[in-house]
Amino acid sequence: MRSAKQIFAMGGALAAALALFVTTDAVAQWKPTRTIEFIVPAGTGGGADQMARMIQGIVQKHNLMDQPLVVINKSGGAGAEGFLDVKGSRNNPHKIIITLSNLFTTPLATGVPFSWRDLTPVAMLALDEFVLWVNAETPYKTPTEYINAVKKEPGKYKMGGTGSKQEDQIITVALERATGAKFTYVPYRGGGEVAVQLVGKHVDSTVNNPIEAVAQWRAGQLRPLCVFDTKRIALTDKIAGNMGWGDIPTCAETGLKIDYVMLRGIFMSPGATKDQVDFYVGLFQKVRATDEWKKFMAEGAFNTTFMTGDDYRKWVEANENLHRDLMKEAGFLAAN
Amino acid sequence: MERDAPVTTRMMELITAGVLMTIGAVVMIDSWRIGAQWGEFGPQSGYFPFYIGLLIFGSSLVVFVSALFTKATTPFVGWTGLGRVLQMLVPAVVFGFLVWLIGIYVASAVFIGYFMRRVGRYAWHLAAIVSVGVPVALFVLFEIWFLVPLPKGPLEDMLGY
Amino acid sequence: MEELGALLHGFAVVITPYNLLMMLIGITLGILIGVLPGLGGANGVAILLPLTFSMSPTSAIIMLSCIYWGALFGGAITSILFNIPGEPWSVATTFDGHPLSKQGRSGEALTAAFTSSFVGAFLAVILVTFLSPLIAKFALQFGPPEFFAIQLLTFCSFVGMGKESPFKTIAAMMLGFALAAVGIDTMTGQLRLIFGWHELLTGFHFLIAVIGLFGVGEILLTMEEGLAFKGASAGINTRVVLDTWKKLPKYWVTSLRSAAIGCWMGVTPGGATPASFMSYGLAKRFSPTPDKFGRGSVEGVVAPETAAHAAGTSALVPMLTLGIPGSPTAAVLLGGLLIWGLQPGPLLFVEQKDFVWGLIASMYLGNIAGLIVVLTTVPLFAAVLRVPFSIIAPIIIVICAVGAYTVKNAMIDVYMMLIFGIVGYVFKKLGYPLAPMVLALVLGDMAETAFRQSMLFSQGSVGVFWSNPLVGSISTLAVVTLFWPLLQRAVGFLRGKAG
Repeated sequence: MRSAKQIFAMGGALAAALALFVTTDAVAQWKPTRTIEFIVPAGTGGGADQMARMIQGIVQKHNLMDQPLVVINKSGGAGAEGFLDVKGSRNNPHKIIITLSNLFTTPLATGVPFSWRDLTPVAMLALDEFVLWVNAETPYKTPTEYINAVKKEPGKYKMGGTGSKQEDQIITVALERATGAKFTYVPYRGGGEVAVQLVGKHVDSTVNNPIEAVAQWRAGQLRPLCVFDTKRIALTDKIAGNMGWGDIPTCAETGLKIDYVMLRGIFMSPGATKDQVDFYVGLFQKVRATDEWKKFMAEGAFNTTFMTGDDYRKWVEANENLHRDLMKEAGFLAAN
Repeated sequence: MERDAPVTTRMMELITAGVLMTIGAVVMIDSWRIGAQWGEFGPQSGYFPFYIGLLIFGSSLVVFVSALFTKATTPFVGWTGLGRVLQMLVPAVVFGFLVWLIGIYVASAVFIGYFMRRVGRYAWHLAAIVSVGVPVALFVLFEIWFLVPLPKGPLEDMLGY
Repeated sequence: MEELGALLHGFAVVITPYNLLMMLIGITLGILIGVLPGLGGANGVAILLPLTFSMSPTSAIIMLSCIYWGALFGGAITSILFNIPGEPWSVATTFDGHPLSKQGRSGEALTAAFTSSFVGAFLAVILVTFLSPLIAKFALQFGPPEFFAIQLLTFCSFVGMGKESPFKTIAAMMLGFALAAVGIDTMTGQLRLIFGWHELLTGFHFLIAVIGLFGVGEILLTMEEGLAFKGASAGINTRVVLDTWKKLPKYWVTSLRSAAIGCWMGVTPGGATPASFMSYGLAKRFSPTPDKFGRGSVEGVVAPETAAHAAGTSALVPMLTLGIPGSPTAAVLLGGLLIWGLQPGPLLFVEQKDFVWGLIASMYLGNIAGLIVVLTTVPLFAAVLRVPFSIIAPIIIVICAVGAYTVKNAMIDVYMMLIFGIVGYVFKKLGYPLAPMVLALVLGDMAETAFRQSMLFSQGSVGVFWSNPLVGSISTLAVVTLFWPLLQRAVGFLRGKAG
């Protein structure tokens, strides 16, 4: 009796699935039917977390979706906790994740088995810039002046950064290789803490993201030296005195040929259908159109490139290769 | 004397210290593997864990040896006490398994209902009220008000959550 | 006195019926959140954040920060009644709070906890009102060596005073450190002690260990003793609040000391958890009757609660002026500020006067309102203990499981909690102390990171901990504190000989 019931139920489910398949093909619409979990593979208060909570706020404020969106931090194991969770949620379309560079660096550095190929790419929301900062009370006005000082006393100058063998340290090593200078890299837990340590002169420089250090810059405590990008940030509003984001030279302009940007992108659980991906792409397009998002992008000096589909996939693939090369050069790849 | 108790305190001391010594040894071995030296820039990843392991091993060795030389045979727990502990522990472990199987809400109802009937010997209607009321209250609080997802099973799926 | 004027202006902004209503709602929700170990203040603030977009930033932050106060108050409730600390800084409250509760004095313990929370927070708010810019400057002095010295001081003031076998104390404490070391090493990104088992990547979360060791372990012990929380039948005295208040003034030295420790630890990145442990440890050291601690001493509730709240309150200063959130709840609040277009940082006090002084004024009012609300709940919560054990025990286990699960949304944590429960039961019966183990688990990782960062600074020289007056004095204090009992004994021994 029981098994008959089960078979019946399975048959029903199958028929329903078939029906769904046929109808969705015609209407091409999928909608979430329960709460969406928005995973942040980093701690509270960091750049990815701030962005995710911003999105949560915008979605609810403008009523962009029938179901609620909740932000869940899974920062353990340098983000591996969050990625493994999404990887293990095959066919659960109610789970999305925001990335930072640890999408590439954590599996490469630790050998924990996951990659972006295990997830379904949805969209690139923005690219985060990196800026070389020093304390405003130091005499260095250009990267060249600072690097020359570092070269004179190898290892004496401390570069503060977030985590170990992650983006900040990758940039530091790239900087060392390009100039021959030698820093002592000191890892901290989060970007906000790093910026404050620089204000307190416990470290000599940082490569903080704009959003992490903008408050201290406005207060005249920190000084930006150059942006690690191929072109200047396209924002002209003045932030501190007569300086705006657009007035910071690129590092390449000053002779340091290093550029690095960090992906702020959305992925979802594996096995997602095109309709499901399309739903989220549509949602994030709506988010991008709001004034709050535009203001947030300007405050954090983000590069607002938006990408989906094959373009996005190709970009991620290229970025993964870039990270593998960078980490190989730096000697950060896992032994096993 | 020893026959009166399921386990003596001395026995339990030996077992606990033995387990701790094993943990200490395992910690030391793994720490040595990843490097437990004082490196160029201070301690390596395994430096502190190695000495932590050593201290666990050493101090539990002392506890182990001193337990070995005690003659006292006070019981760690009596038969009745052990029975009572198991009355709680066994259902709790089954509850843990049920959470995985059928979700936390149904499992809680089963667990609370069982315990109240079996251990508390309450009338079935009282047990029913509490064992349904608590999961429902939790459901409203977590899933509906605070949007904290807890493990769910087939029942919740059927209801569309 | 510029501050006083600004504060009065702040009160004018805050005291509207609408804001007061928001305050009450926030506090009530906060208490609920604090009582349930599965819900952190961060949940409540995050859920309510979107609802506050229609309000002015000032009303919104008042409501959200009142959730924060409510959760701080509420954390003590489960610690005292069921030995389950919902937040890291409530752990020390269980040491004497729960024994009091077992003696049927839960009303007294709750009143003492709430009142001292209030006193701690109030003293800290006064400090915040008048010294914020100075505090911010002081906080900037703290780099890794100073941070490590503080951790060391916390350990030294807490250990070496138990009656348990010193070897068992060392074993338990080191086990805590070992558990804290599991997972990814922050400094090098290497995996440690996980033996290829990826569930362990994230390490052992303190909350799971504590729920198991204290909460589940306590239930097993109670079961063995025969199905009843001792003193459960104690009558509920509605005058318990007033009666307790009469006793509290005699602990004024402890209160002041604890508030000072709390403010200091909140401003530096030490935080509320070390503050509560340190002030508990020092209260015991300085007490004429240290033996009473751990068996239900009211002073043992006053010390950690005062310190934790003073720390929780003064921690808002670094958050507002430096942009560093001291806790997950604070981090979500920070996110809220950004959505309203308020940039936390050094200029917030200059550019957003209305907002900042409104917030500080709401700290005063929120605490007073919070105290009134929680004190009225004392008889209610004391009554919870009258529910028969065979009903309340399975419910506690269920709530513990919910709490363990929500930490990382992982089933494995529910099993871990049960294992820790058994460990807690065995350790308690064999006299392995649990408190140092939990302290090591909470602070171990942070202390190791700070130590190794310092070593990077100094290229491997331990001298860095005496490299400037600030860090040098903290380190020296730590060492003196550690050997204080020995020194005392030596002095006593010599005197005895001379006599």
